[in-house]
Amino acid sequence: MSWETVIGLETHVQLSTKTKLFSRASTTFGASPNTNVNLVDCGLPGVLPSVNKEAFYKAIRFGMAINAQINQTSIFDRKNYFYADLPKGYQITQMDLPIVLGGSIEIVSEELVKTINITRAHLEEDAGKSIHDEYDGFSAIDLNRAGTPLLEIVSEPEISSAKEAVAYMKAMHQLVTYLDVSDGNMAQGSLRCDANVSIRKKGYKELGTRTEIKNINSFKFIEKAINFEIKRQIKILEKGEKVVQETRLYDSSKDETRPMRSKEFANDYRYFPEPDLLPVVISDEEIQKIKDEFPELPNEKEIRFQKQFELSAYDAQIIASSKSMADFFEKTAKQTKNYPLLSNWLIGEVSAYLNKELIEINESKLSVENVATLINRIDDQTISGKIAKTIFEEMCINGASPDDIIESQGLKQISDDGAIEEIIDTVIKDNAAQVEAYLQGKDKLFGFFVGQVMKLTQGKANPKAVNTILKEKLKK
Amino acid sequence: MTIQFKSIAELRGMLDEKLISVSELTKETFLLAKKYQELNCFVTMNEEFATKKASTIASGDQTSSLLKGIPLAQKDLFCTEGLRTTCSSKILSDFIPPYTATAVKKLEDAGSITIGKTNMDEFAMGSSNETSFFGNVHNPWKKGYVPGGSSGGSAAAVAAGIVPGATGTDTGGSIRQPAAHCGITGLKPTYGRVSRWGMIAFASSLDQAGPLARTAEDCAILLNLMSGHDEKDTTSLNSEVPNFLTNINQSIDGLKIGIIKEFNLGDLDSEVQAQFEESKKTYEKLGAQFLEVSLPNISASVPTYYSIAPAECSSNLSRFDGVRFGHRAENTDDLNDLYIKSRSEGFGDEVKRRILIGTYALSAGYYDAYYKKAQQVRRLIKNDFDHVFKTVDVLMTPTSPNTAFEFGSKGTQNPVELYLEDLFTISSNLAGLPAISIPHGQVHSLPVGLQLIGNFLKEDRLLNIAHVFQKNTDFHLAQPNLEDFS
Repeated sequence: MSWETVIGLETHVQLSTKTKLFSRASTTFGASPNTNVNLVDCGLPGVLPSVNKEAFYKAIRFGMAINAQINQTSIFDRKNYFYADLPKGYQITQMDLPIVLGGSIEIVSEELVKTINITRAHLEEDAGKSIHDEYDGFSAIDLNRAGTPLLEIVSEPEISSAKEAVAYMKAMHQLVTYLDVSDGNMAQGSLRCDANVSIRKKGYKELGTRTEIKNINSFKFIEKAINFEIKRQIKILEKGEKVVQETRLYDSSKDETRPMRSKEFANDYRYFPEPDLLPVVISDEEIQKIKDEFPELPNEKEIRFQKQFELSAYDAQIIASSKSMADFFEKTAKQTKNYPLLSNWLIGEVSAYLNKELIEINESKLSVENVATLINRIDDQTISGKIAKTIFEEMCINGASPDDIIESQGLKQISDDGAIEEIIDTVIKDNAAQVEAYLQGKDKLFGFFVGQVMKLTQGKANPKAVNTILKEKLKK
Repeated sequence: MTIQFKSIAELRGMLDEKLISVSELTKETFLLAKKYQELNCFVTMNEEFATKKASTIASGDQTSSLLKGIPLAQKDLFCTEGLRTTCSSKILSDFIPPYTATAVKKLEDAGSITIGKTNMDEFAMGSSNETSFFGNVHNPWKKGYVPGGSSGGSAAAVAAGIVPGATGTDTGGSIRQPAAHCGITGLKPTYGRVSRWGMIAFASSLDQAGPLARTAEDCAILLNLMSGHDEKDTTSLNSEVPNFLTNINQSIDGLKIGIIKEFNLGDLDSEVQAQFEESKKTYEKLGAQFLEVSLPNISASVPTYYSIAPAECSSNLSRFDGVRFGHRAENTDDLNDLYIKSRSEGFGDEVKRRILIGTYALSAGYYDAYYKKAQQVRRLIKNDFDHVFKTVDVLMTPTSPNTAFEFGSKGTQNPVELYLEDLFTISSNLAGLPAISIPHGQVHSLPVGLQLIGNFLKEDRLLNIAHVFQKNTDFHLAQPNLEDFS
C-alpha cells in the first residue's frame, strides 16, 4: 500500500513589540519571573484590556508580504478555558474575523519550489508559563509572557512531508525576521508551531483522521516529530486500525509523540465576541504608512548587494537569505573595502561556525568591528589567510579583537623582504640535496621550500613575498 | 447641627459658610453610620483614612470643586486602593485592591471623602440585595423589607441620610430599582459615559456606573465628575461631557414624553398605577405632552437580558479561580480540584446559577440559539428606541412594577419571579441608553419610583426633566422614620 502524508501547520509568531497586546507591560525576554506584569496581565478584578496598535501594524505587514487580504476592522473574541497560567480564564483572540485572510508563501524543499497557501493569520495574546519541577510540591506561575502578542498563522493542508514542513518554517522564519515583525528566536519560543498530520491512501481525496502535535520549537524537532507521527499513523493504518483524533506532544528526549488529550475530552471554548474591546479600525492612512515603510525583502536585497557591493549572484543570495547575516554584512562593509573577501569569509568560515553552533550571527560573539578588522588585516597583509583562521577561532570563543590577538601572540606577518631573504637563505643552505634535485627539474619540491620557510616563521611569512623571493633565489 | 438627610448642595453651603468643618462633617457621618449599623448598608468602613483626609481639608476655603470635603459611599464593586473590595462575595472577602477605579478616583480627586464600601447583591447579581455574603440590607422605610438591588447598600445609605450621595452600578436596573425602592434619585448614564476601569465586571456590555443621591441636582454634580473618556477603558465614550448643571433649570414646556404601549400598565398594582397617572398630570401642568409609542420588541427584553448577561458573567467570573487572589480552598488534590472547591465555596447560589446559565448559553450547539439570537434581538430593541426617539424626547415608565417587598418573599422558589422585577429597567441597558429614577410618592407607606429613559448621551435632558419635577413636588424630601434601626 502506498501512503500520502498531509500536513497543515499552525505557526505562532511572537510579535516583537515593546509592550504587550492589551497592556503596557514590557515584553522583554528573560526578566525575573512576574516582573513584566501589570494589573491587566494578572487579570485582577476590574481591569480592562486596551490595544497596542504596533502589533496590528506588524500583523498587517506580514499580511501584505504574503499578498493576503487585510481586514482593517479587527474584532476580538474570548476563548474560555481554565488553566493556572491563563489569568483571566479566557484568552483574547480572533475567531470570526482574522486580521489577515488568505495569501501564500513560497518554500524550497529538495530544490523544488512549492507554494503553500495560507488560510488565515490572527492576533491573540499568549498565556503565562507554568513551572512544575522547580519547587517541591508546588507549581509556579510566571506571567511575564502572559499577554505577549502572537500572530497565529494557519496554513492550508498542503505540506506533504516533514522536510517540506521544515522548509515552510524556514521560509516563515526568514519572512518574519526580514519584516521585523518577530525576532524569530525559536529557542525562546518566538517562533513555534503545531503540526496537524494525517495519512491517506495515495490518490485519495478525502483526508485521513489527523492528530495535532503541539508546540514544536526547533527545525530539527519539527522534522523528527512529524516523521515519527507519519510512521506511527501508517503502522496503525496498515494494521487496519483507525487513527484517533487527538492532541499529541513531542518528547525530544525519547524522540516520540504521545497523547495529550483526545477529542472526547476536548474543551468547549465557548467563543464569543470580547465585550471589553470595541472593534479596532486601521485607517487607510495607517495602511499607506505601513506600505511606505515596507522593509526590503530577501530578493530585493540580493539584487542590491550585487549592484552595490559587486557580489556574485551566488554570494549575494546566500548572504541575503538570512536577515541577521545580511545586516551584519552591510554594517561590516562600511568598515572594509574588500567586499569579495568579506563575503567569502561570511559564507565560508563564519557560516560554518554558526551552523555548527546552531546560532544566528547576532547571537554569536562576533562583532562587526572585529570581523571588519580581521578582513582589513588580511587585506593589508598584516596576517595571512591561514593565521586569520586561527585568530577567527579565538574571536568566536572570547570575542577578542583581532589586533589584540595579533599583538599578544606575535602573529604579525613577516613582509619585510630582507628578513624573508635571510630565512630563505638558511633554508637553501640547510637543504642542499633538495635544492640540487629542484635544479635538476624536480619542480614539485618548490612547495617543500615554502613549507620550510613557513615552519621557521611559524606561518607568519607573507606567502606572496616568500614565493617571489624563493623563485628568484632558486634560479641561481 | 444635624447633617442627616442633607443634600450635597446643602452640605456644600454649610461647609462654605463654615457652619461645620470637613472633619466634623466626616465625624458626624461615621456617627450616623454607626447609629444605623443595623441597616447593614456598609461592608467595610474607611474611618481611619477618611478622618485623615478630612483633617487635610480646611473648611471654607474657596474651592472650585463642589465635592471638596463631601462624604460619599462607594458600592463595594469599585476597586479602592488599600481598602477591601468584596463585591459582597465570600470569594473576595479578603481582597484588597492595589488600585482605584477611575470613577471613584475622579470623585476622590475632587476632594470627596470615601466613608466606606456599601453592601450589594453578590457580584451585582440580584434585585433585592439578598444574595450578599454579608447579609441583607434593610430598607430604611421598613425593617425586614428589601432595599432593592443590586446597589442596595448605596441606596439605603443615601435614603437613611447617612451620606448625601453614593456610587452604584447598573447592569439591568441596579441603580434605578433600589433608588425607587428607597425613595431617592438614581441615574444610569449612557453606556460608555463613565469608565468601567476598576469596576468589577458582571456583564461588560451592560454594566454602567452612576450616582445615587437625594436629588437630581446632586446626581448632576456627581455625574459631572464621574464622566469622561478613559484610555484604560476602550469602551468609554470619547465624546464631550457637558456640564450637567448648566441646563438643569431649563423649562420643559413642549416636552414630548412617550408612554410605551407594550408595557401594559393596567396589570400593575392599582396604586402604583394611580401614582403614575398623578405624575403624568404633574408633567402636563409643567407643559409636557404625552404620546403613546410602540417598541414592538421590548417585551423580549427580559429573556434577551438573561441570555446575554449570564453569558458575559460566566466568562468574567472565570478569573476568580483561587490562583492569584481571593478565596482559595484548602486541601485540594490538583488544579481542577482547586478550581472546583474554591469556586464552590466562594460563590453563592445566585452567582452559580448565572454562571451555569451563561456557560450553557455559550456552549457549542447552543450559542446560535441563545447568545447569538439574544444579540440579534438586542439590536432590534435598540432600533425600536432609535425609532421612537424621532418622535419623543423621553420615555416614561414606573421604575419597578412593585414597591419593596419582605425579605425572602420573592424568588426563593422561582428565581424568574425576581428577574421580572427588572421588566422596566432592563431595556435601557440593552440599548445602552441613559435612564433616571426619581421618587414620586408612596404606596403602602413605601416609596415608588418614576423612570425616565433618554436618548443616547442625553443625561443633561433627563436631569433637567427630573430636576424640574423635584422643584415642583416634594416626594424627594420625604424622610423615613429610622427609629427601628437605632
